[in-house]
Amino acid sequence: MAILSTADTARVREMLGAMVDPVRLVFFTQTLNCETCEPTGRILKELAELSDLITVEEHNLLLERDEAAKLGIDRVPAIAVLGAQDYGIRFLGIPSGYEFMSLLDAVLTVSKADSGLGEASRALLAGLPSPLELQVFVTPT
Amino acid sequence: MAVESPRVTSIVVEAGEYPDLVRQYRVSGVPKTVVNGSVEILGSRPEEDFVRAAVGALPAVAP
Repeated sequence: MAILSTADTARVREMLGAMVDPVRLVFFTQTLNCETCEPTGRILKELAELSDLITVEEHNLLLERDEAAKLGIDRVPAIAVLGAQDYGIRFLGIPSGYEFMSLLDAVLTVSKADSGLGEASRALLAGLPSPLELQVFVTPT
Repeated sequence: MAVESPRVTSIVVEAGEYPDLVRQYRVSGVPKTVVNGSVEILGSRPEEDFVRAAVGALPAVAP
């Protein structure tokens, strides 16, 4: 059963028309003890079907620890959104409901390689003295 | 922000799935952003306010 409705599918496909660079969704999953892994995989597969520029790369966290460590991932389900480079964008947990829109937004932003931020924000972020890690806690509804 | 600066990483955490992180960072409402594991930004804010709060969490001089 499709997760996205026909209407959503058409709308998402249209939005993805604005993509520029290819985007890789590197998805870490496991078969046991992860209720949301399988549906997360289905959501990503449906999303990738809507643009030739999106690919999904599935890894098993337990079997591919090195790959996961390279991307700083130690949980499932987890998604690294990679474009022309790794901008450091990750999603932990299933991107359903409202979070699907966040994932879509991340894909578009990474693909355009443009934050879309205002001038003042860009100025604040230029030349940061040290790393800045943002953990954004959300719920899907 | 992560696309804007190579020093910024952004991790979206689905709170319902990670009770350990929710406990660790005392998340009682969403959205809540934790900057470098300590400084908290609660709720959603206008873009520039948010960026200012996040950048303001950094020490003024690099260690």
